[in-house]
Amino acid sequence: MTALSIFFALLFYAATAIFVVGLVRKIMQYSRTPAPLKIPTTPAPVTQTGVVLRMAREVVLFASLFKASKWTWLFGWMFHIALLLAFFRHLRYVISPDSMFYVFWPLINNNLVQAFGQYGAYAMLIGLLGLFGRRIFVDRVRYISAPSDYLMLILILAIAGTGTLMSFVAHTDIVQLKAFMLGLIYLDWQPLPTDGLLITHLALVALLMIIFPISKLLHAPGVFFSPTRNQVDNPREKRHISAWGKAIDDAEANA
Amino acid sequence: MADFEVPELKEIPVVPPIKEGAMAHSQPYIAKEQFQEPLGFPGELVENWEEKVYDKMDDLRQRYRSFQVYLDSCVKCGACTDKCHYYLGTSDPKNMPVARQDLLRKVYRGKFTFAGKFWTKLGMPWMVGAQEMDKGVLDEWYSYFHQCSQCRRCSVYCPYGIDTAEISMAAREIMDSVGVGMKYTNEIIGKVYKIGNNLGLPQPALVDTLEGLEEEVEEDTGVAVKFPLDVKGADILLVTPSADFFAEPHVDGLIGYAKVFHEAGASWTMSSHASEAGNFGMFIGSYENMRKVARRIRTAAIDLGVKRIVFGECGHAWRVAYSFLNTLAGPWDFLDPNYPVPQHICEYTHDLIQQDKLTFDKSANDWRVMTYHDSCNVARASRMGEKPGGQFTIPREVIKACCNNFHDMPAETIGEATFCCGGGGGILTDDLIELRVKGAMPRAEALKSVVEEQGVTHMAAICAICKSQFTKVLPYYGFTMDQIVSVHQLVSDAIVLTKKD
Repeated sequence: MTALSIFFALLFYAATAIFVVGLVRKIMQYSRTPAPLKIPTTPAPVTQTGVVLRMAREVVLFASLFKASKWTWLFGWMFHIALLLAFFRHLRYVISPDSMFYVFWPLINNNLVQAFGQYGAYAMLIGLLGLFGRRIFVDRVRYISAPSDYLMLILILAIAGTGTLMSFVAHTDIVQLKAFMLGLIYLDWQPLPTDGLLITHLALVALLMIIFPISKLLHAPGVFFSPTRNQVDNPREKRHISAWGKAIDDAEANA
Repeated sequence: MADFEVPELKEIPVVPPIKEGAMAHSQPYIAKEQFQEPLGFPGELVENWEEKVYDKMDDLRQRYRSFQVYLDSCVKCGACTDKCHYYLGTSDPKNMPVARQDLLRKVYRGKFTFAGKFWTKLGMPWMVGAQEMDKGVLDEWYSYFHQCSQCRRCSVYCPYGIDTAEISMAAREIMDSVGVGMKYTNEIIGKVYKIGNNLGLPQPALVDTLEGLEEEVEEDTGVAVKFPLDVKGADILLVTPSADFFAEPHVDGLIGYAKVFHEAGASWTMSSHASEAGNFGMFIGSYENMRKVARRIRTAAIDLGVKRIVFGECGHAWRVAYSFLNTLAGPWDFLDPNYPVPQHICEYTHDLIQQDKLTFDKSANDWRVMTYHDSCNVARASRMGEKPGGQFTIPREVIKACCNNFHDMPAETIGEATFCCGGGGGILTDDLIELRVKGAMPRAEALKSVVEEQGVTHMAAICAICKSQFTKVLPYYGFTMDQIVSVHQLVSDAIVLTKKD
């Protein structure tokens, strides 16, 4: 075991812990915070099923963004879909056919999934470059961008770039990589291949996991808690009252 | 005519390049102590106000999920940047919804997020767009959070549904809590508490006005249409914006409601206690004040023993009525369960039309070619009827039932995409006239296009603020003030009255 392997093993445990704990804390904070008033952006669904469909259109198709700006939608949607495809492709590094997640194996061991995951890399790069270009060339978007907004794109571009290089140009030792990842899961540490691209790729991924719960990447859980999107339009039919709103009513009634 | 440049109306609307600081000078009058105190706010900027701002922000993020989620979630994608009528009309980048939110978000970041605190400690808060609260920030808040009409157009286009109205309401509440209130809104809320309505019309003046209207209508039509006030035991309580009692074209709408009630043979009344549908408590983001204003309606309904509540034409009032009244002043279990509480006057009239209970002489409106302005709060924050989108179809069906000539403005300027009149959200005050004129530019462009292409002569609206705003600002763009009409003014002009006892 090299020092590098040990460092990366510890880094991944830490990054995973920060990612999971940070995200769970945020989600709990969002779900505990009351929404005292009905504020769905109307026209809004009048049933809970309708709300689920509205949310699905937002999360899967980015429906509102499509209405807003076709270019931003195109680049943004391309990037996110490619991210999903890359996620599926990467499952093969952490799941083996004899693990507890074996049910996913047919999905992983599927040429179509692997091919989409591999060539999706180009879609991801194009999407990210498009978003980066908008940030630089559209005066309005440039005005609202902080350094962190550019750095976030650069970080993800670097992750996608190193990944693409390993996939198409300079292959890494994926058998050893898989041994390393499985070793992390089963607490049986194995050495990490010493490959510059891989090390950069993994370090940046760990960084992304660490900043996820403390950055604008919180839009991922946030959208599900957005009252303008997740509320049923039925205020006349059903009285909506928060705990603190009710406390005001009760205090007045008892005064 | 104006000491500022009135924007030119373009054939094809364009998104202007940013012009930094273009509207930095715009500030409404600050409320003096006498207008702050009745609302429970300090009369002037309090000591340690920076700390108190942080405390209030902390309080709000624990009480409002919208505030917390929206401050965290924005990715600065720019989808909203060309959607605000104030940005389109002024080119000031701080009138882009995301930039407006950022005025508050940067303070939130610096104080309540790890990233913000981290970079502030390193002396580089700008890294993540964080900033500490100071007088300059407060002044910017006061200026730009009073350049938002809370119309929610941005919330339609945001991929996370971030609603700038929620942020501007919160900012105004924070400012009020440290003694920096806006004169126009806060003085008006005080009038509602003291006298019962925004315009400060006391009960005797109301009686006078309504008697005058009865005489006028009888003279015009030969039919004794009643305008009842404070009638105990009436079936329907009509709550309408106080502008309906005398402003033009509002009052023609009120005459229309009265004629509809007359033809329906309805037993109805208005209330001097709840002689105002508007609720400016919403504009300043104060749940407590909004609740107090709303509960006057509950008191009136109980005192008069009515069975139903109907609201007159008013946009933000309908948002508070439709979306919040049950929360703030419900439950309404003592009213007739066969009707929604409350109902909109357009729903009421529409129902009668569906049942064939009203007769119209549509030719009475033939000299007009109509279009219809969807008021922002009705369009994006409420509903009419059973189905989503009823807020768009029902008023149009009412108009078409009494007018032969109707054309909609371009699709991207109506319905859920409607442009605010430029005077909503508590900024309908003369000290903000430049903002109001410039904010009306997108609507004026859309109107101009149907005037030129379809020969439209009049635009109908169902909001007291829209009507007041348009009569004041459309003349800057070459229209005349009488081109704005009430929907129930059209009803009034076409309805065939029958004598009833």
